[in-house]
Amino acid sequence: MTATLPSRRDEAWRYSDIDAVAAAWPLPAPESIIVPAAGSFKRAIIQDEGGIRQIELMIGKGAAASLHVLNIGGAYGRIELAVTLHEGADFTLGAAQIGGGEQTLEIVTTITHAEPGATSRQMVRSVLGGTATGTYLGKVAVARGAQQTDSEQDVKAMLLDRSATANAKPELEIFADDVKCAHGCAIGELDAMSLYYLQSRGLPPAEAKKILLQAFVAGVFDGAEDEEQLQALALAKLGELV
Amino acid sequence: MLQIENLHANVADKPILKGLSLTINAGEIHAIMGPNGAGKSTLSYVLGGRPGYEVTDGSATFDAQDLLEMAPHERAAAGLFLGFQYPVEIPGVSNVQFLRESLNAQRKARGEEPLSGGDFLKLAREKAGLLKLDMDMLKRPVNVGFSGGEKKRNEMVQMGIIDPKLAILDETDSGLDIDALRIVGDGINSIMRRPDKAVLLITHYQRLLDYVQPDFVHVLAAGRIVKSGGPELALELERAGYAEIAA
Repeated sequence: MTATLPSRRDEAWRYSDIDAVAAAWPLPAPESIIVPAAGSFKRAIIQDEGGIRQIELMIGKGAAASLHVLNIGGAYGRIELAVTLHEGADFTLGAAQIGGGEQTLEIVTTITHAEPGATSRQMVRSVLGGTATGTYLGKVAVARGAQQTDSEQDVKAMLLDRSATANAKPELEIFADDVKCAHGCAIGELDAMSLYYLQSRGLPPAEAKKILLQAFVAGVFDGAEDEEQLQALALAKLGELV
Repeated sequence: MLQIENLHANVADKPILKGLSLTINAGEIHAIMGPNGAGKSTLSYVLGGRPGYEVTDGSATFDAQDLLEMAPHERAAAGLFLGFQYPVEIPGVSNVQFLRESLNAQRKARGEEPLSGGDFLKLAREKAGLLKLDMDMLKRPVNVGFSGGEKKRNEMVQMGIIDPKLAILDETDSGLDIDALRIVGDGINSIMRRPDKAVLLITHYQRLLDYVQPDFVHVLAAGRIVKSGGPELALELERAGYAEIAA
């Protein structure tokens, strides 16, 4: 990952809280996870007190790994994933970042399809209020010869206040010619008519917003280890924002 | 129950309601008919408190409370129900979840105990049966993938569960085939035809009124009620057209 203290000129740190990064510098070595060939791996990552977390994940031939991330805590919370997929491997990321106040939250991924036939799916939902900033930088790199790569990035952000900021940058670097790399990105606000409809049935405004945001985030934790805990924590954090 | 006096309202700074007055008492069913653009839907949204519908003059009193000062959810808790002309699709939010939370929010606002999950499901099943809507549809996301008729029946199931004092039904008959029209008409009668309840039906056509017989019929044109009468007025409108009657 990075050896020297980054600045905002570094693309991967462009939207970061550099003061917070400097305070945490130097970073410890990234956590390294190796999933052996044909193995499977699942983990939930809850970032609820701030800080920078770096994970290197190597997924062996025919193996499957899924990470579910809830990025909600601290003034600055960054989760950085470097994933390498070998032949026929499968990677799933389901992530939600929910921030208010002056929080800066980031999910930065580099998914390298090193060999043919691997699949990767990333689904990221951000909910941002106050003057919070939420960023997703996602690079998918397909190596020469990594044919039949199938990758997808599905990124959406919901802004609760006009003062909040969402950044989303899916990035593709492809050196093979028989690949499928889908990416979609949308940033929006809660639908006024839906909010009104829910309120007309008796839900107070905060409850109506919460129920819509819950639906927006729902899905990213499907099949997660500790799915209920993740949903409950996400809901509690949403409750603080509305 | 509801007194509307000299109501003026704008939508996007354009005057739509221009001095509308109407009184609805408990036990009564009123129908408002009128040509396109007369202000029928605006009236329902103004009474329901939709943002963007600005009251510039006049008053609306519901059970001795100033309706226009209340937020939409407070109007609901006070007993007002708005049946939407175009029910909203909300992906990811299940009907039963949102209805139970809505009903319990209303009950809480009125100082009543929340309904348990079991009691709620029993109530929902009963009302779904009344409107011949499959209970499975109630477990699905709100109105997503519903046909036009199913959306309207779902509105009536919601009305049955919420059990309001006053229902304002905005073109609940549009998009319904003949069988569904009868089901919806029967549903309205069974849920709302009580001495302590009232209904304001907003419709273009006489046909719903064959099933839900109004006590009063009003003609709305250019933002005001230009004529009122009994059920026979609806038949007269059907025969002569709005142009003749509203002139």
